Amino acid sequence: MAILEAHEVSVSFGGHRALDLASVEAPGGEITGLIGPNGAGKTTMFNAITGMVPTNSGRIVVDGKDVTSTSLHRRARCGLARTFQQLELFTMLTVRENIRVAADVRKRWARDKGDMRALTEEIIERVGLASVADERVTALSTGQGRLVELGRALACKPRVLLLDEPASGQDDNETARFGRLLGEVAATGTAVLLVEHDMALVMDVCDRVHVLDLGRILAVGSPAEVQQNPLVLDAYLGAGSQSTT
Amino acid sequence: MDKFLIFTVVGLTLSAVYAVIASGLVLTYATTGIFNFAQGAIGMLVAFAYWQLRFDWGWPTPVALFVSLFVLAPGLGVAIERVIMRGLRGSGEATRLVVSISLLVGLIGVANLVWEPGVSRPMSTFYEGRRVDLGVTTITYHQAITIGVALVVAAGLRWLMYRTRMGVSMRSVVDDDSLALLNGARPNRIAGISWAIGGFLAGIGGILIAPTLSLEAGLLSLLIINAYAAAIFGRLRSIPLTFVGAIAIGLTEGYLAGYLPGDNQYLAAFRPAAAVIILFLALLFVPNPRLRSRGQTKEFYPAPTGRGMAMLAVLVVVAGVVMATTLDTVDLITYGPIFSLGIVGLSLVPLVGFAGQISLAQLSFAGVGALTAAHHGGNGSPLGLVLAVVVAALVGVVVALPVMRLSGIYLALATAAFAVALDRWLFNLPDFDIGPVHISLFEVGSLSVAPLRLFGYTFDSQASLMVLSAVAFAGVALGVAALRWSRFGRQLVAMRDSEAACATFGLNLLWPRVGVFALSAGIAGLGGALYGMQLGSVAPARFDLLTGLPIFILVVVGGAGLVGGALFAGVLIYGVLPTAAGLGTTVAKINAMFSGLAGVGLGRNPSGVVPTLSEAVEALRNDTVALAATGGVMVLGYGLRLADLLGNWQFVVLLAVAFIGGNVAAMGRAEPAGDEPTSEPSLDDLEWVGLTQPWTPAHLARMEQVLDLDSMVPKERVAHGDS
Repeated sequence: MAILEAHEVSVSFGGHRALDLASVEAPGGEITGLIGPNGAGKTTMFNAITGMVPTNSGRIVVDGKDVTSTSLHRRARCGLARTFQQLELFTMLTVRENIRVAADVRKRWARDKGDMRALTEEIIERVGLASVADERVTALSTGQGRLVELGRALACKPRVLLLDEPASGQDDNETARFGRLLGEVAATGTAVLLVEHDMALVMDVCDRVHVLDLGRILAVGSPAEVQQNPLVLDAYLGAGSQSTT
Repeated sequence: MDKFLIFTVVGLTLSAVYAVIASGLVLTYATTGIFNFAQGAIGMLVAFAYWQLRFDWGWPTPVALFVSLFVLAPGLGVAIERVIMRGLRGSGEATRLVVSISLLVGLIGVANLVWEPGVSRPMSTFYEGRRVDLGVTTITYHQAITIGVALVVAAGLRWLMYRTRMGVSMRSVVDDDSLALLNGARPNRIAGISWAIGGFLAGIGGILIAPTLSLEAGLLSLLIINAYAAAIFGRLRSIPLTFVGAIAIGLTEGYLAGYLPGDNQYLAAFRPAAAVIILFLALLFVPNPRLRSRGQTKEFYPAPTGRGMAMLAVLVVVAGVVMATTLDTVDLITYGPIFSLGIVGLSLVPLVGFAGQISLAQLSFAGVGALTAAHHGGNGSPLGLVLAVVVAALVGVVVALPVMRLSGIYLALATAAFAVALDRWLFNLPDFDIGPVHISLFEVGSLSVAPLRLFGYTFDSQASLMVLSAVAFAGVALGVAALRWSRFGRQLVAMRDSEAACATFGLNLLWPRVGVFALSAGIAGLGGALYGMQLGSVAPARFDLLTGLPIFILVVVGGAGLVGGALFAGVLIYGVLPTAAGLGTTVAKINAMFSGLAGVGLGRNPSGVVPTLSEAVEALRNDTVALAATGGVMVLGYGLRLADLLGNWQFVVLLAVAFIGGNVAAMGRAEPAGDEPTSEPSLDDLEWVGLTQPWTPAHLARMEQVLDLDSMVPKERVAHGDS
């Protein structure tokens, strides 16, 4: 059973239906892609899963527990962690402190006896931010900022990691590194749900891909299947597209 | 029945005034995003101007009205938008609030400067004494005009917003100003017109209400609190709902005036506070806002350094001792609040600076502290101080819990409402019991506060209290710095930037918010208790909203996230300004506007002026020799002062000369080092080649080597020239 299951979720903003009975599953140990054109409802799906927007209908289940009517911070305690499409960094703090805040918050509610300083250092090393650990985050590039957000999410030791366009602002080398990092995270049993516009990365690292369009799930399958799906080619890549890159 | 109708009319008249003022408030907030705390003050100023023209100079009513309402009021609105508010676009909510609160303080200062306060300025109502008979009841012409004007304003605004091109533009700006801009709307013009209309509506309200109240700057300016309550009904967006709110508040006040038993001490003071209580209740129904995420916060406050904090603490204690040993009792009373109310300033540092929340009620919490110390500090028991902190913190929790889910402007309004409720109503209540707890307030108007006794020593002289409060300031300052270094401090700073991100870590935002609010209230309580001891006896007027605003403003101007910001506020308000006031009455009056002027300039320097000041003396701080020499001269001067060879003024001049001299010397000594000829740009400065040195083939080779493009580009693509 998937660690994260979003069943037939609908979200409306005024008269606009941003999500229309959309379902997404993310099994542990795998990287699940969630792709779709701009405005398809990808970020809204993340917001609905994490509890940042109220859903009109549908159920969100984490680890077998229905969290649909649970508040934002309680969902996080069920093991959901996310990054943001528009960076939400703590600009008065350094890279190290940004990650430490997340570790400290978790330590408290998880009653973790572990050494958060050591955990922070380990994560900084892991995401490759050691050289800028003492910089204020405002001094970083967007790509590095995304790594800080990933680091913060990892400091929460999540069961489900939701990444909203983590590769935007990163160059090819960084993206390749990032892909490997995601593989390592998934290998620990975490369910990774990845919203990404960089198709090369999605096709490269994802085990399964969900395609959203106009709030509905259009197709689900392996990257190869999705790439061949005529509906997807038509709606997402535009009619007559031959290439996925 | 007759009585009921009479008070219905009274209530509706009040409603009409609140509705007119509040709709101006909503208009400017909706179109420019600035919540105008000075809306009432603009109305107040226009009312004064009208009084001047009509009653003092005897101009005909229509001319005086025309000049006040169609020239002065909109002119004032446009000027404020143009000169002050326009620069604030893109700055944080706290900064915008501080600027508009400063404007409130500044305008009251202007009114007091032009029109001597305390002088009676009779102002008759329109068609004084004439009444219309409505059959069931009669109504004065003034009441009829007031209600009629509100109806015309309602119809006019509706027409403006829905029937004119301008109105459509305004509504589009409300929705999304960048989109509106793309579609040809002109935000600057719209903002100007909104503020002109806002000023005009404030002016109407001011002129209509002043004759039935009294022409008093503070009173009329705070009328705005009642208008806010109305605007909250419309969630600061909807003008029709604002009218509904105004009617509810006006009628409540009218009926309370008619039916509240005048002989009940508990209820007598309730009426003036009714609007505030309605405001508080209305806030409970404001829906949960979306979590704040990173706005364009221009503010940045570095974490304090250990060395800096140690220097500050020592400096404060030394300054306290020097003042205690050189000043006479009268001067000590004057300058006493530097540190005691400076602690109230410190209470704002964790709240405003770290957590990004706003409280306008810190001085009220200080009042609670003073009150507690007065009741429980008999014989100077230290328990009084401890309880002052605890009780103030608890009151903070009570105030915060219902409104803590809100933030920004709503929290500011709730705390302002609390401050006014305390001052107008609660502080004036006789004793009462809540269950087993007996609560005593300011029974007879003022209470004496016993000086602290510690280890057998009684702090009963102003000199000893000065040292005590300096030590307390230093201690609290160190505590605040330690908080910033702590886990909780980092969390607060993180929440300031992105509450959304913090919540996704599993943080329940409510408890840190309430926690920091309680902590801040507790610190303010300590400051209030020490202030009470210095005063000897305390009365509610010492702790009202308007008295507290300059502290808030100047802490933010100094740098809200910096301990130095609080010291800046304390020294400026209770040290520099009173000293300057000694120079003459005009200076004293201008002083009253000072915090207003300083706050209005905040938009230019949102992180505060303390870092700039601190940079200015950096050379001295880093130069041990110059520092020692400066200190030496100061110690020598202090010795001479103690030996009575110098007077206070000479001593101050000597200190200033030593300080300036030390800085100049330190800068002079630092210069040669920085003046070393910069080495010629070498091959290492490749990005400057061509600008700083002529281009040579050696540079090209070096660049190729550094970039190492060959190894990165696949060979065949290079071969095909397909890169």
